[in-house]
Amino acid sequence: MSKRSVAASVAIALKLITPAFASSIAAETGARGTDGTLRILYWQAPSTLNPYLSGGVKDIEAASLVLEPLARLSPEGEMIPWLAKDIPTVANGGVAPDLRSIRWQLLPGLTWSDGSAVTSADIAFTYRYCMAPGAGCAQAAKFRDLDRIETPGPLTAVLYFAQPKPFPYGPFVGSQTPLLQAAQFADCLGPRAPSCTEANFAPIGTGPFKVTEFRPGDAAIFEANAAYRMPNSPAFAQVLLKGGGDAMSAGRAVLETGEFDYAWNLQLGPDILAAMATRGKGQITTAFATLVERLTFNLHVPGSQPPQPHPALSDIAMRRALSMALDQEAMVAFGYGAAGRVTCNMLPAPPAYASAANQGCATQDLDGARDLLTQTGWIDTDGDGVRDREGARLEFMFQTSTNAVRQDFQALAKEWWRQIGVATKLRAIDASVFFSGDPGSPDTLEKFDADIEMFAGASDGPDPEAYLAGWACDAAPDAQNGWRGQNVGHWCDPAYDALLDRLSRTADLVDRAALARQLNDMLVQQYVAVPLVDRGRVSAHANSLGGVQINAWDSELWNIADWHRLPG
Amino acid sequence: MRFYALRRLAMALPTLLVISAVIFALLDLAPGDPMAQLPDTIPPDVRDDMRAALGMGRPAPVRYGLWLWQMVVVEPGIFLGLIPEDAATRILSWQTRAPVMTQIAQRLPQTIIVMGSAYALGITIAIGLGILSAWRRGGAIDQAGTGLAAIGYALPPFFTAAVLIYIFAIQLNWAPTIYDTTLRVTGWDSLAAQLRQMALPIAVLSLQTTAQITRYMRAAMLETLGQEYIRAARAKGLRERTVLMVHALRNSMIPVVPVIALGAPQIFAGAIITESIFGVNGIGQLLLISLRAGDLPVVQTVTVLIAALIVLANLASDLALPWLDPRLRDA
Repeated sequence: MSKRSVAASVAIALKLITPAFASSIAAETGARGTDGTLRILYWQAPSTLNPYLSGGVKDIEAASLVLEPLARLSPEGEMIPWLAKDIPTVANGGVAPDLRSIRWQLLPGLTWSDGSAVTSADIAFTYRYCMAPGAGCAQAAKFRDLDRIETPGPLTAVLYFAQPKPFPYGPFVGSQTPLLQAAQFADCLGPRAPSCTEANFAPIGTGPFKVTEFRPGDAAIFEANAAYRMPNSPAFAQVLLKGGGDAMSAGRAVLETGEFDYAWNLQLGPDILAAMATRGKGQITTAFATLVERLTFNLHVPGSQPPQPHPALSDIAMRRALSMALDQEAMVAFGYGAAGRVTCNMLPAPPAYASAANQGCATQDLDGARDLLTQTGWIDTDGDGVRDREGARLEFMFQTSTNAVRQDFQALAKEWWRQIGVATKLRAIDASVFFSGDPGSPDTLEKFDADIEMFAGASDGPDPEAYLAGWACDAAPDAQNGWRGQNVGHWCDPAYDALLDRLSRTADLVDRAALARQLNDMLVQQYVAVPLVDRGRVSAHANSLGGVQINAWDSELWNIADWHRLPG
Repeated sequence: MRFYALRRLAMALPTLLVISAVIFALLDLAPGDPMAQLPDTIPPDVRDDMRAALGMGRPAPVRYGLWLWQMVVVEPGIFLGLIPEDAATRILSWQTRAPVMTQIAQRLPQTIIVMGSAYALGITIAIGLGILSAWRRGGAIDQAGTGLAAIGYALPPFFTAAVLIYIFAIQLNWAPTIYDTTLRVTGWDSLAAQLRQMALPIAVLSLQTTAQITRYMRAAMLETLGQEYIRAARAKGLRERTVLMVHALRNSMIPVVPVIALGAPQIFAGAIITESIFGVNGIGQLLLISLRAGDLPVVQTVTVLIAALIVLANLASDLALPWLDPRLRDA
């Protein structure tokens, strides 16, 4: 149990025994709300405070000041009990031996900011709210495997799954699926969800702050929740969460002018950020989870119907040579700086899941790549600098979305590949088209009308099963399934699918981690995809702001109750 | 005259209908997806359900018809209190799932305050500068005015904004770089803060307006000052001030008024770039974030409202000209 939750339990116990005493301590020390206003800048403004109606990160994080889940994820990707007493496991009896149910126990004495008690009925309601047909709930995938929720006691909720669930921590863990107050949203089910604008813009929560005012697309004002379970926090009386502008102006407002205390998601060039930080008003902070920028090879001839194997890329040696020609360290330093690090894994975290078997992938080896290509029979016979075989030139179409760093990476790769005798044509597609999944457009990630493409992908939460299942044979997008699926390169290996199947039946977390590492190694060692950069989140905070612990697994504002103003 | 006004107004309606249909068709055909900004951990079938909940699955003519009905009947009805709020579906934003009109109403005051003062300031400077430039043609003021106009034309607002921010906010620390939209003016201190935060956006915007209008004003004034009746006025021994401000100004305004009137809708439309840079929560910023998020109902509604204002401004300028120019009154 973490120090924090011990403190929480003690605080709640105190409150239960002698409520008057506890509140008088708070009044005497004046700890809650003594640090004035905290000014946070999100350059993408939140558009709603109901995370179930918008899957956007900005909205989920803004709501996390108010709405809380049963368990949060720590900066290391570990589960911390939050509104729950502890994390249910098979060992402590919270998870049934048949892996079909999980029993969550709420902390006693919890109240919503309006003073009413938090009960297991709120848990059951939140599930009903998200699964009501016609709501368009963004987090439906988290609840999909649930069959029903039973509430045997006011503080106990049992979640029953339709199938045995080796990793039952999808619903109510992490900032995407917090508890909603049943009383507030009772009339907002299904198609009525949008009609509850008032509730969507000012949900009642259990968090350290409550909503005072919300202006969609612009700003939100929060004030300290008088009913918050820890008597001495939050230290700030008010939070202004301002949205809008761009990453540049956000970085400037914290690092250069000091107008704001915290700026979120500063995707800026490393040189720009470093220059801003030299003014000494604030500092840059980074956190890493599983977001990996990668190259994927098309193992089919682009656009071929029925699919033909790719004449060059279906050969593992060719994929390996292309990978060896890249200098990942240079790419990270050039494009990301502190916001990225070299990785040789498609699954770089949590630590237990990261394989150590692929070290050294990042070293550039142009000579080795040239030798490898010569062995495959691709030789430059006509002396034009580009290898050929049986009259076909070794030329690839390399596509990605429009984005300054990605175009720099394309140019770097093109140059390195030129040096090993491979010609590359570059193509950049607008992100709103490339990532649209629109089956009518030929330019999507899934249609993959090119030989090589670059994009970023991440595992949703610390359990990688769903993420790794993205390389299963049946996850390949094609005309039959409406161009859906994450296996865009059409790689298919029955051994990989068999391992995945084992993972889906394994409950022990240590075994799961070992299987995940094995799956990761298959992807990396068969050059299905080339991990380029482990991308982190970069934010900045004022030097006068204490308690910030940036978190890439949960909301960045997950521990805002502990944030405080440093003296001086 | 009244018949003329009514005829122009009647012409404006089909124009607006065509504009709204064209905008709808363009937005509908343009690539882009409101779900594209979501994290890729949200699976495609969940996205489909979300699209269905937004009403995206219906055919385009049905969606256009519904929007037109909501725009012409439901929204005015709710505004006038003829329709109770929950009796009909209003135009809902895809991003916020809340009524578009509330969002516009929330943002209109900031836009009007900032854009309105920038426009008023810009016009005042432009007219003054135009008069003085024409009066002492080739003099120091004329040179300065020409230089200012060239700068205003040549430098895009994102550049002037960056320069002004660097000088006045970062180096001198006189003004904030980010507009605090939650600031309430309650006393002298907050009024000063409001003026300080308005200074930079207004400076950027009024430079554009000044540059555009001062050249028209100068040219019109030069032409008027060369007229015989001005010489006659001077020969009568009138003060130079009277000659300029009474005799020359009114006639010089004739070509300038339509320019000012046609620019006026931008007060409501906001300034997309300047508002975004400073974080002013105006209509321009709303348009930009909605475009980025593929929020078609908001984009459609805002652009059609702007189009309506432009058509109305055109009408207003046509009606204002006979007041300035008696020759047009009998036409």
